[in-house]
Amino acid sequence: MSARDSGARDGRTVYRIRWLPGTDRLHASCFCGAEREFEDPVILWDWLLGHPEGHLPRPPAEHDSPAPAAALV
Amino acid sequence: MIVTEFARNQWYVAAYGHEVGRRQLGRTILNEPILLWRTEDGRAVAMADRCVHRRFPLSESPSHLVGDRVVCGYHGFTYGPDGVCVAVPAQQRIPRTARLRTYPVVEQDSFVWVWIGDREPGDTLPPRAPWLVSPDYATVCGMEPLNARYGLLVDNLLDLSHETYLHGGYIGTPEVAETPITTEVDEDAGIVYVSRHMDDAACPPFYAESTGIKGRITRWQDIEYHPPCLYLLHSRIAPVGSPPPAADGTDSHAFHVEVVYAITPSTENSTYDFWAVARDFALDDEKVSDFLRDSNRTVVLQDVAALNTLEEVIAREPDRYQELSVNIDTGGLAARRLLARMAGDVPASQTAVR
Ligand code: FES
Ligand SMILES: [Fe+2]
Ligand SMILES: [Zn+2]
Repeated sequence: MSARDSGARDGRTVYRIRWLPGTDRLHASCFCGAEREFEDPVILWDWLLGHPEGHLPRPPAEHDSPAPAAALV
Repeated sequence: MIVTEFARNQWYVAAYGHEVGRRQLGRTILNEPILLWRTEDGRAVAMADRCVHRRFPLSESPSHLVGDRVVCGYHGFTYGPDGVCVAVPAQQRIPRTARLRTYPVVEQDSFVWVWIGDREPGDTLPPRAPWLVSPDYATVCGMEPLNARYGLLVDNLLDLSHETYLHGGYIGTPEVAETPITTEVDEDAGIVYVSRHMDDAACPPFYAESTGIKGRITRWQDIEYHPPCLYLLHSRIAPVGSPPPAADGTDSHAFHVEVVYAITPSTENSTYDFWAVARDFALDDEKVSDFLRDSNRTVVLQDVAALNTLEEVIAREPDRYQELSVNIDTGGLAARRLLARMAGDVPASQTAVR
């Protein structure tokens, strides 16, 4: 058994929270790919369960996100 | 908030199989008085524990079994395993409504599971704890009544950092409270996972005496909670420096203990705390069995004492109830949310964690 094997299987609706070693911070990742760090587990769960609100998938690297020709207002 | 509502339409552990026999057993589950007994051919049955006549408990003496029938100890109404009344004293006609409610029963992994709900279970089966009946494991078990709401026991078991303080000298060492956890919630399956892997920890007496390990250990705690009732703690203990588990899953250098709890709400403020400890070593060593049984019971009673106290405190201040959650509570908060959803049939996205 490894840490991974003992937990939830991939490819499902799974929320993951890692306590970052050596810190007081919690790293949350949603099944949609959104990630964020928190210091309070209650606020963390509010954000995770608020999916999709405010859940931006990992920001694309700069070179593959050309600036829009004109900003939409 | 601690969840106080009951999740109906779920399987609950009502008893161990060995508790149910040719003597009636009464248990109250989700406020429903339930009578458990076994037919002559060994089938466990569960039915309402109140006689339809004047509500005398069928689990109370002088109520008794005669063959596959339960005879009420007050005026003699007699019922079959299907709950149907088959005899009424001094008259031929049996009222059509003279029937006890029966409950679906599954006997599995040493437990008698009972379905409490308004609809039938259909294909839904109770979650598994196969170690408890596996020939590769030796198991000790027990049940302690808890005078506290079940949510307090869920909180307690989902956050094992309390081992360091409440169970020091038994299963707690400083490393438990010091080591960060990872938490996962499988929304589709409705399972909460909490893992704490200690690379180099002191070996508490519970494991030192049972395994014979003298030095420091690698200690893994992998919790798998299947709300509402079943809690599994996969515990892996190995001397520091032992090889990790092989790729094929074999793990011959480590000791494995499967700690199983069934959390069955009885009333709003009482709970059945079923506990079992299954090990894959020293299988025939009675001394190890006795030691683990005594130690785990002691640990459970430490929790029971603490939670009974907590229940009294909380019950006295219902509207002033305030608490503060920190990182160690991440798993407990997830469990509360799943329970609230099951209790209220609320969609996941609308269950706030508080
Ligand atoms: S109460 Fe059971 S027979 Fe009267
Ligand atoms: Fe405990
Ligand atoms: Zn999301």
